[in-house]
Amino acid sequence: MQASLEMMGETEIPKMGLRTLVRRAERRHFMTMLALMAPSVIFVALLFVIPILLFLFRSVDNAEIPTLLPKTAVALDTWRDGEIPGEPVFAALASDLHALKGSPDAALLGRRLNFAVPGYRRLITRTVTSLPGTQMASAKETLAAIDKSWLDPVYWRTLKSQSGRITDFYLLSALDLQRGAGGIEKVSGEQAIFMSLYGRTLYTAFGVTALCLLIGYPVAAVMAAARPAVANWLLSLVLIPFWTSLLVRTTAWVVLLQTEGLVNKVLLQLGVISEPLKLMFNTAGVFIAMVHVLLPYMILPVYSVMKGISPVHLRAAASLGANPATVFRTVYLPLTIPGVAAGCTLVFVLSLGFYVTPALVGGPGDQMIGYFIAYFTNSAVNWGLASALGVFLLLLIGVIYLALGKLVGFDKLKVR
Amino acid sequence: MTRSFGDTILATGTRVGLRVFTGVVLAYLVLPILVVVPLSFTSGQLLVFPLPGLSLQWYADFFSNPLWTVALRNSVAIGLTTTALATTIGTMAALGLHNAKFRMKPLVMALLVTPLAAPVVIVAVAMFYFFATLNLVGTYAGVILAHTILALPFVVVTVSATLQSYDPNMTRAGASLGGSPIYVFRTITLPIIAPGIASGALFAFVTSFDEIVIALFVASPQQRTLPRQIFSGVSESISPTIMAAAVILLAVSLALMGVMELLRRRSERLTGGINKQR
Repeated sequence: MQASLEMMGETEIPKMGLRTLVRRAERRHFMTMLALMAPSVIFVALLFVIPILLFLFRSVDNAEIPTLLPKTAVALDTWRDGEIPGEPVFAALASDLHALKGSPDAALLGRRLNFAVPGYRRLITRTVTSLPGTQMASAKETLAAIDKSWLDPVYWRTLKSQSGRITDFYLLSALDLQRGAGGIEKVSGEQAIFMSLYGRTLYTAFGVTALCLLIGYPVAAVMAAARPAVANWLLSLVLIPFWTSLLVRTTAWVVLLQTEGLVNKVLLQLGVISEPLKLMFNTAGVFIAMVHVLLPYMILPVYSVMKGISPVHLRAAASLGANPATVFRTVYLPLTIPGVAAGCTLVFVLSLGFYVTPALVGGPGDQMIGYFIAYFTNSAVNWGLASALGVFLLLLIGVIYLALGKLVGFDKLKVR
Repeated sequence: MTRSFGDTILATGTRVGLRVFTGVVLAYLVLPILVVVPLSFTSGQLLVFPLPGLSLQWYADFFSNPLWTVALRNSVAIGLTTTALATTIGTMAALGLHNAKFRMKPLVMALLVTPLAAPVVIVAVAMFYFFATLNLVGTYAGVILAHTILALPFVVVTVSATLQSYDPNMTRAGASLGGSPIYVFRTITLPIIAPGIASGALFAFVTSFDEIVIALFVASPQQRTLPRQIFSGVSESISPTIMAAAVILLAVSLALMGVMELLRRRSERLTGGINKQR
């Protein structure tokens, strides 16, 4: 277009002038607006989207083994499971391991393989240190002499299944599954911890949501029915915890719930209990503190929907002879459903990602997915598993959000 | 006429019962938070009631112990830098989104607010992983950049909401009188949307000031913030100094909540009464 404009003679310009000028001005305006948006968009894409994607990729990333054991990975291609591999495979492994002698990568490899088979780290360390430098007559005999484990197909099966660039190992592990001789199978009792972790996370989120609804619904109804001046005061009281740092609230509960804490003291004084209750480091503590943190997220959306319900409908139903229970069930409750759905989605999704509150108030048996993501990052340094748990947590949230989230704005989601 | 279910048809007994229940629930919401206040003034060593006496010793400890003074200084510095960064680029983005028409607009908006929809622990771990490759873990820049990501959505949402009620004829009037776009923005648009920008800035500051999970992962002990110091205190041995720190955090949050309420009223006045503006 630029070219055709230039080809037209100068005399033609006035005819086209206005339209061109407007178009040019609009384009300039649009470019200015794009330039205004650019810093934020680049910022979020670079420092949020990319890190999240890179982290999630760790759940299938398997660069370590093919990089550290290149010859073995190739040699194992033709190996069939169930038998002990032949001399070429042993020779390839011996050569690969020999190259790792004295390098920190040997420890890295051992740690990585230990995720799959406990004891693999020791096997690698011992083999690397004991491997003779000179040419061996038979690599198979040399390795078997260092450790008999090399004659066990389990270790070779692990190597083979882990020798690709991409692995399903972490995702399967996070579902309590593994690749055995006969394909994908369940891991044995003690190691199977993740399905119960999802169960516990869902159970906690569901319980907290139900409690918030049971407690929050009547409170929102009373607030909606109150005179505006009173309602404003009540609203401020709901907003105070909403604005207070999550950590301050959790700290307060730690102080209140401990064995010598105020809650136990008051209950003892009142004679409700005869000896202190255990309220901390258990499920009760997690529920008490989490409901406290999340209750405003239930009350606020339910309240805003209730405020918009005209009392005329209720009076009409009552005047037609319906008793209060019927009016509630057939008129009021259906009208409040949008608020209830929004509040429940919000509270449920937020509880799924909780980490700080259960970590401080809960016991070892109350920790949710978020805690284990932090644990596998910090303490166990198992990025693959941390990432796989992240994948499933985001999937869970995504599914719930797609199912119910149309009722809630993204902007109201503040996850701690 | 805004009365609803309760007052319309319920029997008095049920109504009183509901009100008592509401009172109990609101007490459950507010009182536990306030419990840290008296405990921070205890003259004893233990966090127990009744207080053996009153004392300011824990505040004295707070303000003389470098563990806490550095944490407070870090929190304020990181909070203010995060606020400046998030408010600047967030306001720019909101202005751009508001004034441009294009098909991808909802997508851009969604992109800018997604950091709120992901659990913070995933964001923190992902940033820790990413920042480690850039040598940003354990640096002020790393913490500030991560906090800005979390604070940005609040600025974009708040300023966008304010722009909804901004009358574009004001800009046109300014331009028709010969003002350059920048001059018109500075003298007309900016003063009118200022309360919205200020609200966004407050949100940004509170987000950074109260944030704990990023501080645990991306910061090193050198960049310890107040929440991080409280967290490690609570998970090791809880002392009255932690109560003093919690009270300071609480006071800042509540003061900012008060300022926010004032801004909201002012903003309502400004945008609700355009004709009265001179």
